[in-house]
Order: sequence, then C-alpha cells, then structure tokens
Amino acid sequence: MNSRFNPEKKSGAIPSSEITDRKVFEQRRTLIKASVAGAAGSLFGYSLGTGSALANEVADEDTIRAAFRTTEELTSQKTATSYNNFYELGTDKGDPARYANRLITEPWSVKVDGECNKPGTYTLEDILKPHDIEERIYRLRCVEAWSMVIPWNGFQLGDLLKRFEPTGNAKYVAFETILDPDRLPGQRRPVLQWPYREGLRLDEAMHPLTILATGMYGEDIPNQNGAPLRLVVPWKYGFKSIKSIVRISFTEKEPPTSWNMSAPHEYGFYSNVNPKVSHPRWSQSRERRLAGETKGISALFSPKVETHFLNGYADQVGSLYADMDLKKFF
Amino acid sequence: MTNKIAATGVTAGSDKPFPASAVDNKGSRKISVSRLAWIKIAVFFAACIPLALLVVSVLTGSIGPNPVEGIEQATGEWALRFLLLSLCATPLTLHLRWAWAARVRRMIGLFAFFYASLHVLTYLWLDHFWVWLDIVLEIVEKPFITAGFLAFVVLVPLAVTSNRFAVRRLGKRWKALHKWVYFAAVFAVLHFVWLAKGDRLEPVVYLAILLILLILRLPAVLRSNEG
Ligand code: HEM
Repeated sequence: MNSRFNPEKKSGAIPSSEITDRKVFEQRRTLIKASVAGAAGSLFGYSLGTGSALANEVADEDTIRAAFRTTEELTSQKTATSYNNFYELGTDKGDPARYANRLITEPWSVKVDGECNKPGTYTLEDILKPHDIEERIYRLRCVEAWSMVIPWNGFQLGDLLKRFEPTGNAKYVAFETILDPDRLPGQRRPVLQWPYREGLRLDEAMHPLTILATGMYGEDIPNQNGAPLRLVVPWKYGFKSIKSIVRISFTEKEPPTSWNMSAPHEYGFYSNVNPKVSHPRWSQSRERRLAGETKGISALFSPKVETHFLNGYADQVGSLYADMDLKKFF
Repeated sequence: MTNKIAATGVTAGSDKPFPASAVDNKGSRKISVSRLAWIKIAVFFAACIPLALLVVSVLTGSIGPNPVEGIEQATGEWALRFLLLSLCATPLTLHLRWAWAARVRRMIGLFAFFYASLHVLTYLWLDHFWVWLDIVLEIVEKPFITAGFLAFVVLVPLAVTSNRFAVRRLGKRWKALHKWVYFAAVFAVLHFVWLAKGDRLEPVVYLAILLILLILRLPAVLRSNEG
C-alpha cells in the first residue's frame, strides 16, 4: 500500500507523561521547567513569544506536549468522515462525503510565494519528504457549536515553513484551497468567494500545536476531510483549518480570509474559540460533542458541554494573545 | 349563522371557517361529501409522512451524527412548508377552482402548527435543556431566533382559535385575527433567511414563494379590510 505515512514506524509523539512513571516524570518536569523555561522555543526551533507575556506565561515544553493528545473520548471515524463542512463539495453536511471523488488529489503540488527566500512550486512529495508523521489527538470546535475529538496524523506546520526561509517582512501566512469549479460542485455557485482563503499570524503558524495533517485515524486523510494536505489549528474555529491546500504565501499584511470577506461582523481574522464572544447566530458558550453514541434515542438527550477559552488550549497558546482585546480581535 | 362555504357550491357539511372574500361567488366546482372525506384522509396521512420518516431516521441513525440539529432542521422546514401550503389554499380555490383546497386549509394550517411545536420543543428541550436564561438571551440577542419566536407567538392564537366554537365566538374578529397568518409566514421566512450561513439559496426560494402568495392575496386582503 502506498500510504502517505506510516504512523507505527514514524510516530514519535507519545507524550512523556504517558510513558514515564509519574514520579520520575514530575521530577523531570521540574528540572526541565528550570532549564527550559522561556527557552522552550528553542526545542521547537523557534521563539514561542515575546518572552514578557503579561497575562499569560509562555508555555514550557511539557505543557505544550501535554496538549498533543487529549484522553477524551474520540469521535467515531464514521462521524468525522461523514459530517463535514467543506463547501467546495456542497453545503450540506453529507455533501463532502457524497461528492468526495470529485476532488482529484494526484498529482498535487503547492505553490509557495511571498516574503520568503525559497518560493516555488513544490510537489506533495517534496513537501512531505523530510517530515516525520506523528499522531495528534485534538479537539475540533466548529463555529456552529458542535465539536469532535479527532486523531490526526501530520507534522508541525512550523517545520515546513522554516524550509521556505521566511524573510523578516513575513508577518502572516496565507493559504488557499484548490480551485476547480469544473469538478467541485460547490464552487459553481458563489456561496463564498473562491478559492477558499485562510490565514494565520506567523507566530500562530509556527506554534507547535499547529499542524498540517495528511492522515486521520491512522489512515490517509479522506478527500472530504481535506486531502491530501490540510491545516489543523486546534484552538480556533474549524473553518480556520483550511483543507486541500494548494498555496502558501508569506505576507506582511493580514491576508483576506473567506468567511471574514463574506460576513466580517460574524467571522474575525483570529476566530479563536471563545465562549465569551457570542456569534450573531450561535451562542458560543456550549457545544454539542459529537462523540460516543450518536444513534437512537439516547443520542438526543446527551447534554451540551461547556466551551473552553481557546478550546481548552489556553495554557499552550494564551501567550500569543497576551496584550490583545479578544473581543475586538475576535 | 350563515354558512359562507355554501356560497362556493361545496356541498359537504360546514366545518371550515372561511372569509367570504376568499371564495366569493366565483363558484368552485362541486365536490361530494365522500370525495372530500377521502381527500382529507389522504392529506392527513400525507402530512404525517415527514414525521414518520424523521422518526425512522432518528431510530436508524440515518439522520446523521447530529440528530438534534437534524430534527430541528426537518421540523422547522416542514412547519414552514405547511404554513406556505396553507396560504396556497385560497389562491387555488379562487384561481383554479379547486374547492377541496379550501376545505383542507385548516388541517394544513394545524399541521404547520404541529411541526412548529415539535420544532420549538426540540429547541427548548434537546437543544437547550430548558435553561431559560440561555433561551431568553438567545431570543433577545439573535435576530433569527427573535423572528422564529415571533412567528410561533403569532401561530399559537391562530391554532387555538381554529375550531368551530372559536369561529362562532369571535365572529367578525376571527377573520381579522387569522390574517395574522401572513405575519407568521413573513417572520418564519425571515427566520430562515437570517439563520442561513453562506448559502442563502433555499431560504430565498421560500421568500420568493411567499412574495408570490402575498401578491396574489393582497387585493382581496385590502378589499376585505375596507368592508
Ligand atoms: C420560538 C420559536 C423558534 C425557535 C427558538 C426556533 C429555532 C430554530 C433554530 C435554532 C434553528 C436552527 C437549526 C439548525 O440549523 O441547527 C431553526 C431553523 C429553522 N426554523 Fe425555527 N425556531 C422557531 C420557530 C420557527 C417557526 C414558527 C418556523 C416555521 C413556521 C420555523 C422554521 C424554521 C426553518 C425553516 C428552519 C431552517 C431549517 C434548515 O436549516 O433547513 N422556526 N429554528
């Protein structure tokens, strides 16, 4: 089988907390804290923040690693691959799976341009070759107030971006999804301005929690979930995690993003999960967790769960927004 | 009390309060009692089909992994469809002379209310678990919920006064009251238009249907206001 990755062989991301005896782990943790505090970034090959965060301490390596895998109940593979928002394939939740074969993923290449020293068009193989694929189990929170827990297979976006050598002018990274209105049924109507666009601030993009996924549930990522390459930013609403990426651009200015262009008062550039910032349509204080039983009468009575600030990743990424009014920059 | 239906040439027993202006003397084709009974039975069972399919899809899981959302959407859409269908009855009677259309109007209107009630119940119970603070906040803060709420608030007195007893008690006022159904329809369509995310095609189709129905009815409604 020509799988794009082999999680068994390459997985190197089991958090130390799971394989180390608790006591030893605690000791190690203290040691690491002492030696790595503030310099955790160097282990990840970049600086985690300004170093002088006001409200939020910059997270150390262990804190960040602890968020690589949640132990919450997983969403079933069937649910995660049959209930999707991927408007290129249609606006109904079932459309992406229904029309998945309309998306042609071979051959695939990604155009890299903007403020970097290594622009060009890279084949998928070029992109993936140097990276080890690891498993990340993240919560995914949709702006429509439902959520899933998904085991992704992928690698840190920052590791890829570094290869393109962003210049000092690069402050943001912009992404684009494939544009193919002849084949993709959703792109025949102007539901959004195609191609779909998303973007991150460079420090968000470089954060170790931000990954590019090539697989989920230990298999190649299905088309409806954004094959062959998609972004996963677990602390932001799902639509930020752009699918089927064909272009990565480094920019100096905040890039335009599709939902923000479509309804600027509803969808901000940041779109961080935030229970305190209500959306005109959905109160964001709770979410329906699509995990466990989703069939029959019992599924109807499972209550919603509380939504957490930054989708529960505040300890890891809060420092990115230390001085920002998140009601204004929603 | 004079039976206005008689003027239309419908021979079945009167159970249908109907504004005189709607069926005046154009004379719809006659319809026999037994045929009307069959039509009513057919409409009744047809109107139950969406509910049956919904129940089956929930029990089998074919409704998808978010059944609460699925129920909310299905019941909302069927409430709106029946509401708009009930507004078709008068034009059909007037312009196509389908006498039976006027005779099933009340039933269709009540089905609209039935599906709307299931819809609201789903919202209050399965979506919000009777957390009244959240519910009131949503009604106040979210324009699309406000519109849905207003649509429902209008439908309640219409459903309550749809029986023969109320028609008799209210007399002339009954007609005035039941014209509010147009407000319910406008609110319900607005509710749908405002809740749509990105793709507004479907709600806009409903909006177009509503506008056509309003234009068709406007002259008669204005005329009867003067009278
Ligand atoms: C208190 C009153 C109401 C509340 C709180 C309410 C609430 C809602 C909510 C939350 C949704 C969104 C479902 C989703 O997409 O997840 C919805 C959808 C909808 N509602 Fe209501 N609603 C109310 C009354 C009504 C009434 C009276 C009608 C029609 C007569 C109606 C028709 C619809 C329609 C057509 C939809 C769209 C379904 C779809 O997306 O396909 N609603 N409503």
